[in-house]
Amino acid sequence: MATYNLKINGKIRQVNVDPSTPLLWVLRDHLDLPGTKYGCGVAQCGACTVHLDGTAVRSCQLPASAIGKQAVTTIEGLSAKGDHPVQKAWLEHDVAQCGYCQAGQMMSAASLLKTNPKPTDEEIDAYMSGNICRCGTYLRIKEAIKSTAKK
Amino acid sequence: MNTTKTTHNRRSFLKTSLLSGGGMMLSVSWLSSFKSADKRQVLNLPEQWAMLNGYIQITADNVVKLLCPNPEFGQNVMTALPMIVAEELDVDWKNVVVEMGPHDNTKLGPQFTGGSNSIRMYWKPLREAGAAARHLLRQAAAQTWNVPVEEVATKAGVLSHANGKSANYGEMADKAATLEVPKDLKLKAPKDFAIVRKSKKNVEGQKIITGKPLFGLDYRVDGMLIAMIQHPPAFGMKLKSFDASQTLKMPGIKEVFSLKLYEDGFEQGGFDTRTFNDLLVVVGKTTWEVMNARKKLLAQWEPVGDTKDTMSGRGGKREVVVPGGLESTSTQLEKMQELSQKPAQQLRKDGDPETAFQHAAQVIERTYNAPFLAHNCMEPMNFFAHVTDEKAVLAGPLQAPGWIEPTLSKILNLPADKIEIQMTRMGGGFGRRAYGHYLTEAALISKKAKAPVKLIYTREDDMTYGIYRPMYTATYRAALDANKNLIAFHVKGGGIPEHAIHANRFPAGAVENYLAEGWQIPSNITIGAFRAPRSNFNAAAEQSFLDEVAEVMGKDPIAFRLELLKRAKENPVGKNNEYDPDRYAGVLTLVRDKSGWNKPGNEKYNRGVAAYFCHNSYAAHVVDIVTRDGQPYVERVFSAMDCGIVINPDAATNMVQGAVVDGIGNAFYGALTHKNGAAEQSNFHNYRLIRHNEAPKSIDVHFVENDLDPTGLGEPPFPPVFGAVANALYKNKGKRFYNQPFQNEMDKRM
Ligand code: FES
Ligand code: FES
Repeated sequence: MATYNLKINGKIRQVNVDPSTPLLWVLRDHLDLPGTKYGCGVAQCGACTVHLDGTAVRSCQLPASAIGKQAVTTIEGLSAKGDHPVQKAWLEHDVAQCGYCQAGQMMSAASLLKTNPKPTDEEIDAYMSGNICRCGTYLRIKEAIKSTAKK
Repeated sequence: MNTTKTTHNRRSFLKTSLLSGGGMMLSVSWLSSFKSADKRQVLNLPEQWAMLNGYIQITADNVVKLLCPNPEFGQNVMTALPMIVAEELDVDWKNVVVEMGPHDNTKLGPQFTGGSNSIRMYWKPLREAGAAARHLLRQAAAQTWNVPVEEVATKAGVLSHANGKSANYGEMADKAATLEVPKDLKLKAPKDFAIVRKSKKNVEGQKIITGKPLFGLDYRVDGMLIAMIQHPPAFGMKLKSFDASQTLKMPGIKEVFSLKLYEDGFEQGGFDTRTFNDLLVVVGKTTWEVMNARKKLLAQWEPVGDTKDTMSGRGGKREVVVPGGLESTSTQLEKMQELSQKPAQQLRKDGDPETAFQHAAQVIERTYNAPFLAHNCMEPMNFFAHVTDEKAVLAGPLQAPGWIEPTLSKILNLPADKIEIQMTRMGGGFGRRAYGHYLTEAALISKKAKAPVKLIYTREDDMTYGIYRPMYTATYRAALDANKNLIAFHVKGGGIPEHAIHANRFPAGAVENYLAEGWQIPSNITIGAFRAPRSNFNAAAEQSFLDEVAEVMGKDPIAFRLELLKRAKENPVGKNNEYDPDRYAGVLTLVRDKSGWNKPGNEKYNRGVAAYFCHNSYAAHVVDIVTRDGQPYVERVFSAMDCGIVINPDAATNMVQGAVVDGIGNAFYGALTHKNGAAEQSNFHNYRLIRHNEAPKSIDVHFVENDLDPTGLGEPPFPPVFGAVANALYKNKGKRFYNQPFQNEMDKRM
């Protein structure tokens, strides 16, 4: 067990966990932030995507010991009022079916748009293909990303 | 206007009552659909059943709350079902609050999400509920204002009279709650719909995009422990012994134990399917700790051998022998090949197919195969349970609380009214969550651990557990005469452990001489409903076969189907044909027109078409494939659907698009195979799901416009995708694809 002071959604949160504990489970089991989802645990589905210093990472692969001073942003902290452009676009396009994958999809999309504000279809495909949606909402996700890019 | 008789309607019964904080509540009881008083006792109903809850609650301060009866797994019932109530109630949709209802089959109906049934089953009762509440509010206003009820109008939640009086619903709710529900109710004519048929956003949209804890896996209470089960490594194996000493030394671990899910002789209902009966359980504080500690278990496994299950439910009480042994896909395929040559059970016969085949100028025969499929719901199986001697509280994702409750009641030895099941939003279902073994497991674990427990399946647990879509095969034969007319049709289908044949579906009824046969091979690999059970294979095989037959006949595939449907309509062969030829033809002509079938401008695409009827709705797709980097990709899809009145068009479109993507993914990649009883796929690195870059660029969805009562949409668009993909692939590759997943018969794409 080790104690970490993690910077999560702008706040310092202290946790006492085994150093190997993936950030995913730190968030879900220790910090009551269940918006980040478990889908595979092996970096295959993207459901657990969060931002580490602004860049999308798979939290199921990131042990608590490797986070250090880097700032973690989860879906709960993507915006104060749920009005990040990506979140608004998701609502406008009524993207979700079951909704389980969508936090991860939005975190990936927000990260993509930050570095590439006007991605092409191919760039969206390339960036987003690590995020599985079992319900098949891919077309709407792409439309939502493109509508954000236009603004 | 329609008039509906509320008191004589056997399916529902309306009752109004006062809300404790002021206001009214309108309940619909499904009790009246039960024939005998015994049923009431069996269900253990409280006397005051109708007074406790209901679909509609209007408080004195004018909050209109509508309860969604059915669990939500992404089909958007939480929006669509309340829309139906709101339509007849005549309220402003903006002011409506929607909540998931509690589990209570007597007040909220069957509460089963599956079989594309939610909209179809609730359409009428929910309209009646809305219309009855509106009528009572008008009556309350009429009495208060001393005017005839006919003169009281409503508009978006406001009552008014020409004399200038007006009141909102909340103001009249108290009084309305004391009035009698009328005998006859007027329902709106479809042309007057103001909410239904107008797209409404997902009522949980804001919660989803902000990551609120909606799902079972998110559910937690103070002091909750985490449990995981170590399943045997293969079907046909069971626990022999275990050594937990290393596991117990790991941090956060509370206990390790084994327990039996069902005692010997337990009578399983139809949805009590389970794969493993001896459970080796690790209970601890957090997910990661339990996951790791579970790896330290030293367990010995042994073959189960043949086992006897006692089944009840449909078909009566009977003993079923589950064969022992460690099965492999290769030997299963051999066995299927062998059985397909043997006589099978006749399911339907019209005319004299044997003679027709003997005299045929040409016989076309093709065999199609499809593997087991795992549901792979994005949220793995999990459930919360807190069981004490007095009661059980369970919460999590499931499709049919009413089916598992009697099982829990028997196993926990608690009356049904001491079992509370809360339905969380589900991260997908696809049929998988109709099988509630994981609730029973969670409940038994909580009971033994004497603590609130969340049972979690890892992705690997979930994928290798079973309850798969069965493995199917079917051989189709068509007999043509010298003029290339279709004179006979024969299908012989088999599967592990069931065949997929729907003997009374198209093209039955359209061919003079017709024979359908089925056979099956028992197995210890468990199976269950998977999005459009059986249809999801039939549509692939049959629609692919019809394409090939049309080609041999020199006919356009759509024109050929339309000819058959014309025959089925004008001069149907045989009895019990399940489909309506007009509606079937309707989706085909719609998709033909919308896709520009045979029209110039589509030359760059390899086009395939398919149509199917299942779960009371009709679907047709045209799939357009292009080659990119030497590989075929579905670029565009045109879909035509007939599900009667479309409640929420944009959400319905989303669901059809999702079904199309799901169909393409499973047709290309879906497969769960076995070696010596062990699943060969365990996570998404070796079970391939369709991803962003493989989804079509456009899926153009069209609905046949009519005023028919609505039917479901979760399943019907799915099956024909497989056939349309197969037919388009043929155009792209120049060869037919008979075995799913199609990717296996192509060069590797990745
Ligand atoms: S849970 Fe991390 S990628 Fe799937
Ligand atoms: S919306 Fe269900 S998995 Fe994406």
